Amino acid sequence: MTEATFFTLFSLIAIGAGTAVITLRNPIQSAVALVVSFFALSAIYALLGAHFVAMLQVLVYAGAIMVLFVFVIMLLNLREETASSWGDLSARALWSIVAAGTLVGGLLIAATSAQHMGFPAAELMPADYGTVEAVGRALFDGRWLLPFEAVSALLTVGVVGAVVLAKRTL
Amino acid sequence: MESIGLYPVLAVSGVLFMLGVTGVLTRRNLLIVFMSVELMLNAVNLAFVGFSRHSGLVDGHVIAILVMAVAAAEAAVGLALVILLYRNRLAVQMDELDTLKG
Repeated sequence: MTEATFFTLFSLIAIGAGTAVITLRNPIQSAVALVVSFFALSAIYALLGAHFVAMLQVLVYAGAIMVLFVFVIMLLNLREETASSWGDLSARALWSIVAAGTLVGGLLIAATSAQHMGFPAAELMPADYGTVEAVGRALFDGRWLLPFEAVSALLTVGVVGAVVLAKRTL
Repeated sequence: MESIGLYPVLAVSGVLFMLGVTGVLTRRNLLIVFMSVELMLNAVNLAFVGFSRHSGLVDGHVIAILVMAVAAAEAAVGLALVILLYRNRLAVQMDELDTLKG
């Protein structure tokens, strides 16, 4: 089994689960499909050498954010969507293809400006590539320090805002 | 061991992003719309990690981590809004929430 085989496998799982998220009627089933998609993406991150990001994907996304989603779904006791769709579905699907085409086009323009499309061999990568230490140093050694602090402020504001919104009376 | 290369990663990222946009545009349930937004954020994260592997720098990983934090804040506020809407209107279907429409 090679790297490419595993990449194909996990890509198919991620895309299949993503399709299930937007097609299943029951929100709980959609949430479980999304967790499957996140785990597959985490495996892809690990294949790409991003070990720390892969761990955070499982801990933060599959662990924290999705638990919040499932909690709210169960709290609201939602019924299943009755009508299959609303409005002009084909126009909406067309717009989604246009949006994704714009993204892929931009990515490919950015990619083709690179000298070569293949990844450098694993032996040529820095020895600590993707480890907690390397990512932590990048986070705290200057350039990313201000964005990091801004995100921590954003998280605080988000938590306070969520409490204020969800509280019945202030 | 053969390497993956940039194109397959970007292709998977694009497909996931398209699924997310389709979900946002076609589903009526607010919660599933939020899940589709998370799917789009993950697609972009995948592109960041792929480019990071291509360039050999960990800056893409840093951006992916920051995106995860922003997604957590967005989910917290968004789900609080959903609870608020459900409590006041008993509705989480998007076509029932048109009060602001002129």
